[in-house]
Amino acid sequence: MPAVQETVERVRRIDVDQYRYGFETLIESDKAPKGLSEDTVAFISAKKSEPAWMLEWRLEAYRRWLTMTEPKWARVNYPKIDYQDLYYYSAPKPKKQVTSLDEIDPEILKTYEKLGIPLREAEVLEGVVRKDGEDAPVERRIAVDAVFDSVSVATTFKEELKKAGVIFMPISEAIREHPELVKKYLGSVVPTSDNFFATLNSAVFSDGSFVYVPPGVRCPMELSTYFRINERNTGQFERTLIIADKGSYVSYLEGCTAPQRDENQLHAAVVELVALDDAEIKYSTVQNWYPGNSEGLGGIYNFVTKRGDCRGKNSKISWTQVETGSAITWKYPSCILRGDNSRGEFYSIAISNGFQQVDSGTKMLHLGKNTTSRIISKGIAAGRSQNTYRGLVTAHRKATGARNFTACDSLLIGDKCGAHTVPYVEAKNSSALFEHEATTSKISEDVLFYCTQRGLSQEEAVGLVVNGFVKDVLQQLPMEFAVEAQKLISISLEGSVG
Amino acid sequence: MALLEIKDLHVRVEDNEILHGLSLTVNEGEVHAIMGPNGSGKSTLSHVIAGKPDYEVTGGQILFNGEDLLAMQPDERAAKGVFLAFQYPVEIPGVATMTFLRTALNAQRKARGESELLTPAFLKKAYEVAARLNVPRDMLKRGVNVGFSGGEKKRNEILQMALFEPSLCILDEMDSGLDIDALRVAADGVNALRSPDRAMVVITHYQRLLNYVVPDFVHVMSKGRVVKSGGKELALELEASGYTQFEDAA
Repeated sequence: MPAVQETVERVRRIDVDQYRYGFETLIESDKAPKGLSEDTVAFISAKKSEPAWMLEWRLEAYRRWLTMTEPKWARVNYPKIDYQDLYYYSAPKPKKQVTSLDEIDPEILKTYEKLGIPLREAEVLEGVVRKDGEDAPVERRIAVDAVFDSVSVATTFKEELKKAGVIFMPISEAIREHPELVKKYLGSVVPTSDNFFATLNSAVFSDGSFVYVPPGVRCPMELSTYFRINERNTGQFERTLIIADKGSYVSYLEGCTAPQRDENQLHAAVVELVALDDAEIKYSTVQNWYPGNSEGLGGIYNFVTKRGDCRGKNSKISWTQVETGSAITWKYPSCILRGDNSRGEFYSIAISNGFQQVDSGTKMLHLGKNTTSRIISKGIAAGRSQNTYRGLVTAHRKATGARNFTACDSLLIGDKCGAHTVPYVEAKNSSALFEHEATTSKISEDVLFYCTQRGLSQEEAVGLVVNGFVKDVLQQLPMEFAVEAQKLISISLEGSVG
Repeated sequence: MALLEIKDLHVRVEDNEILHGLSLTVNEGEVHAIMGPNGSGKSTLSHVIAGKPDYEVTGGQILFNGEDLLAMQPDERAAKGVFLAFQYPVEIPGVATMTFLRTALNAQRKARGESELLTPAFLKKAYEVAARLNVPRDMLKRGVNVGFSGGEKKRNEILQMALFEPSLCILDEMDSGLDIDALRVAADGVNALRSPDRAMVVITHYQRLLNYVVPDFVHVMSKGRVVKSGGKELALELEASGYTQFEDAA
C-alpha cells in the first residue's frame, strides 16, 4: 500500500475544516423558476425537448409525490425541507449548441480540471499502455460523463464506445435517441411510486447517465460520471440507468463533489441497474459531497435510491461505495435477486466526522433459486457524528437455496460519536442460509500509543488503523479509485483525534 | 553525559502515586536489568520513559542525551532513539506488518530530517534484518500481530528494534508468556543487538531471562523506588531469597 505515506502527508497539509472541493464556479446559468409545480415539471421536460410520453411519465410521478410524505424511519435529524424554496433546474447558460469540448464554457472545464477529472480524451490517453495486438488490454482508460448542476456537459470516448456497441450518453439524449430502451427500462427497477425521494426525482430529474451494453459485449473501458452541484439553492436530481444485456459486463464509477456553502443543498438521485442473463454490473461510488463545517453548518442532504435488478439467470450486480461526504446520507444500494443463481454484493465504507449523519446499508431480496449475496459494511464514526448501518435480507418462499453472508463492522474514534447496526433478516423458506456477523470497536489508546511509540504521529496512526479496517472493501474498488479513496478516508478523519 | 538520566521521578496515575522519587542512570553500551515484584512500578517506569498518556509526572526529570524527554511527544521520543518492546504488543488488523514497518521507519527518518527509504531499499533492509533474526517472510505479510503466537509477537518487537536501530531499548517483561525455546530465540535476537552505542533496560519479574540476556547492572524496585543496585550476581541472590526482604526495606 504505497499510498499510506502519501495519505498521511496529504492529511498533514490540510487544515481542519478545509474541504478540498469547496470552491465555486462563477458562470451564468439558466434556471427554472423557484418552487415545484406542474409548470416546473413541464419546464424541465421542455428544456430537454422531451417527447410527450416522457412529460406524462413525469407528471404522473409529480401527482403521486403530492400524496406522499417524507420517510421518518431513518436515524437522521434535519430541519423540514421547504420544497417550494428550491430551484429544480439549473444549467450553465449555453452560448450555442455544444458539439465539442472546445465549445464548453472554459470555467466549467476548469472546474473539472481542479477536481482532477480529465475531460479531454488526449489527457486521459497519456500514460496508456500502447495497443500492440487486438487483444492487448488498454487499461487506465475511463470514459467520463460530467454532470454540472442539472445537465451533462461532456461525455468522453463516445465514438469509441459506439464501435463496441456500447451506448453511453446523458439520459436526456437517450430519451430522444433511444426511446425504446428508455421506455422499456426506466422505472422498471425503481418505480415512480417507490418512495418520496425517488418519486420526486422521477418528476424533476434533469440529467444523468444512460448506459446500454449489448449482448455478449465486455465494455472496453471503465465508465464514469462525475456529479457537481454548483448553483446555490439548487437541488440535484440525477437519474442513472444502466442495462447490461445478456452475457455482457460493465464497470461504472460515480464521483460527487459540491462547493462549500452555509445552507444545505438537496441531492435526490435515482440509479437503476438491470442485469439480464449471465450479465454483470459493477457499480462503484466515491461520494464526497460537502459535509458541512465543524459546527454542523451547511452540507449536502443526500437522499438517494439505488437499486439493481438481477433480472436474468446467473447475473451479478456488485455495489461498492465509499461515503465520506454529505451532512445527511440516506442511501441503501440494493439488489433484487430475481434470476436463478444470481448474485448480489454490497461493499461499503461509510465515514462520518463532525456533525455528519449517515444512515446507509443495503437490501438483498432473494427471489430466485440458489441466489447468493454478500454484504461487507465498514462504518467509521468520529467527531459528533452518528453512523447507522441498516440492512434487509429476505428470502422469498420460492427462493430455495438462498444464501447470504453479512459482516458489519463499526469503528468509533473518540467518545462523542455513535455507531448503530440495524439488520433485518426474513427467510420464508427453510433452505435459506443467512449468516450475520457484527463487531463494534474503538481505536484504543493502547493501539495509538503503540503506533506513536514507533514514530507515527497521532493522525498518521489513526489513518493507518482506519485504512487497515477498511481494506477488505478498498480491494473491491478499481485501482485508481482505491488510491483516491484511501486518501479521501484520511482527509475525512482530519482532526478526529487529540 | 549519560544516555538516560532519571532524577527523583514522581509519577501519579489518577490519585495514586506509583513512582516515589526514582533515580537511574544508564550509559551507552550498558545493559541494565530492573527487577521487582508485581506492582513495584516497573511497567509504569517503562511507559513513562516512552511517553504513554494518562501518567502524570509530578516531580523530577528524565534527560535523554541531555534533552528533556518529558517535554516530547511519544513519536518524537521514538525518532530520537527511544524504543519500547511491549509486554503485550497490540494487533492492528488489515495493516500488513511490512506496511507498518515502512510507515514507521520513514516517519522516524523524516522527523530526523533524513530522506525516506524508497520501497526497494526498504524491502532489502527489512528482508535482511528478518533473515538475521530468523523471521519468516510470511510473517511480514500478515496483519501486525494478528493471529501471532506469543513468541511471534515478541519476535516482531525485536525485529522492529533491529530495523529502527534505537539507542535506548526498553524491554518490558519480554519473557512473559514465552516457553523456554521461544525465550531463547527472543534472547538471541536481543543479544545480537547489544552494541557499544546502544543501551538496554530489561524489565523482568524473574531471574530466568537474565540467564540469557546477561546484564551489566541489576536494580531492584520496590514500591516505586530503586531499593538496591548491584552487578549481575544480585539477580541470583534475589532468585534465592525472594523479594520479601526488599518489601520490608522500602
